[in-house]
Amino acid sequence: MKLRFNGPIDGVLMIRLSGNWQIGEDLPSPNEIKNKLESETDIQRVAFDTKELTQWDSSLPILLLKIKNLCSEKKIYMDSDGLPRGAQRLIELATAVPIEKDARSVGENKTFLSLVGTETIHFLKSAKEMIAFIGEAFLAFIKFLSGKARYRRSDLFKTIQGCGAQALPIVSLISILVGLILAFVGAIQLKMFGAQIYIANLVGIAMVRVMGAVMTGIIMAGRTGAAFAAQIGTMEVNEEIDALKTLGISPMEFLVLPRMLALVFMMPLLCIYADLMGILGGGIVAIGMLDLNISQYYIQTKEAISLNDLWIGLFHSAVFGVLVALAGCLRGIQCGRSSADVGNAATSAVVTGIVSIIVATAIITIMCNVLGI
Amino acid sequence: MTTLQQQPMKTDPYIIVRDLTMAYGDYVIMRDLNFTVGRGDIFIIMGGSGCGKSTLMKIMVGLKEPARGQVFYGDLNFWEAFPDDRKHIVKNIGILYQSGALWSSMTLAENVALPLEEYTDLGPNEIRELVSFKLSMVGLAGYEDFYPAEISGGMRKRAGIARAIALDPDILFFDEPSAGLDPVSAKRLDDLILELRNSLGATVVVVTHELASIFAIGNNSVFLDSETRTMTAAGNPQMLLENSQDPKIINFLMRGETEGHIL
Repeated sequence: MKLRFNGPIDGVLMIRLSGNWQIGEDLPSPNEIKNKLESETDIQRVAFDTKELTQWDSSLPILLLKIKNLCSEKKIYMDSDGLPRGAQRLIELATAVPIEKDARSVGENKTFLSLVGTETIHFLKSAKEMIAFIGEAFLAFIKFLSGKARYRRSDLFKTIQGCGAQALPIVSLISILVGLILAFVGAIQLKMFGAQIYIANLVGIAMVRVMGAVMTGIIMAGRTGAAFAAQIGTMEVNEEIDALKTLGISPMEFLVLPRMLALVFMMPLLCIYADLMGILGGGIVAIGMLDLNISQYYIQTKEAISLNDLWIGLFHSAVFGVLVALAGCLRGIQCGRSSADVGNAATSAVVTGIVSIIVATAIITIMCNVLGI
Repeated sequence: MTTLQQQPMKTDPYIIVRDLTMAYGDYVIMRDLNFTVGRGDIFIIMGGSGCGKSTLMKIMVGLKEPARGQVFYGDLNFWEAFPDDRKHIVKNIGILYQSGALWSSMTLAENVALPLEEYTDLGPNEIRELVSFKLSMVGLAGYEDFYPAEISGGMRKRAGIARAIALDPDILFFDEPSAGLDPVSAKRLDDLILELRNSLGATVVVVTHELASIFAIGNNSVFLDSETRTMTAAGNPQMLLENSQDPKIINFLMRGETEGHIL
């Protein structure tokens, strides 16, 4: 028994503590003391005997604080003389500054209406920020066209390298697999009609017209959009953006513009590469599974794909380039000042990037349909 | 180069803060701030942690808009000035941020060179020479090609100073210069600030709560009190310690050692 009671004798309850009082040990519950204090009515003073106490850590002062609170509730005097000197000091330290009652009050007890209101205001504010950001990015682009934009060429080339050449391996892998999957799905259906040769049309048109662009877009949103957000977010945390602003350099031109340009230049190139890889993937299935030969597949593909399809695909990819870059940079610039905010910015950049890619694809597809191309 | 000015005049007002109120949204941090920074002063913005010292600096350098009130640089009202005028003021301000805030993707030389490229028409050779000179002024000669991540915290702060003085500014702002530095490095930084003031003739505004620095370099100051959310004193820190009747200020300037006597 680590906790025993003596008394109350003459109004004094003696609490005897013994053995090891350390976190992780089997310790008595404070309720035992609470019950004791509540069941006995004539206690005026609580005292301690700790002669048999061997070792203790924070678990002891935690219990003592609880006893102290109980005592002050019941107007019982707590005599801490019998306690180890260290424990007495810790209790004094913990009770030196009274509990700040207002410290946690912010954000509590909000009604449903006020929550809806706050969220709406928040949404409108972020929509306004987004529109302002797009406007500023556009102005920066106009400045670039007129040759007045202030950015470092080396940044542009570094970013081009990062989101161009270095993205090739992953774009290859994903595109080949997407071509392969498209061909597999189509192969089974086409075989039923003996129309295996049209696998080339299916894969070729799908890849060139939309899938190549969408797949590169999604890869780049996850790979480069997130990187942009994290880079710019970290710069925000380190006050690097403040340092640019106070120097009169626009972060829009200096940070956002090179990233946007790099992606707009690189995405169409990556898209063409992804198209080729996808067709290659489809070819593997066509040749391996459907017994077509290389020249059949090649000629059929060449006849199936029109230049229109290629232009539409490239248009998609240029739009995605702008969207991914804007999403990444916007979330980076909006980033708060802690490391958790940087993580959120990166996540949010990917989500915004992918959602806007899908929405843009839908809009462009509908537009093409209306225009009949 | 700015003309050398060994004995700065203390009476000539340079930065005037008038009726300034700062707030985050509806939450007012400080109100009714009124003080004047004289030309050549080393002016200390002091106060407890989290009282809004750095926010005040951000308003003074144009990073955050005040809720109310004005900041004048000479005759120019900063927050109502035309963009060109404001750019002119900004060009004359050098800032050392709390973390150094060096651009991490650039070498130290590129960091120091950027303000020069932005505001001057100097050729690459002249810029390189100037950069080396500025870096040697802060004791970092030979570190031109290092990236910020490759040097120590104290060196980063000194490199930040080299960048801040790249354009020979009239006004230097330092946000917690000695935070996170050992006492010897902190002392060296204080000496450097004094030296820069004397050699460049610059006006220096330092945000700090380091008592050693406050007394070693400050000749004028303002004390922000987080409880009353306004400034409760202004003037020479040493004089404040000797003459102030406000127990909070005495307590702050004596590192809390008056507790129990006056309070």
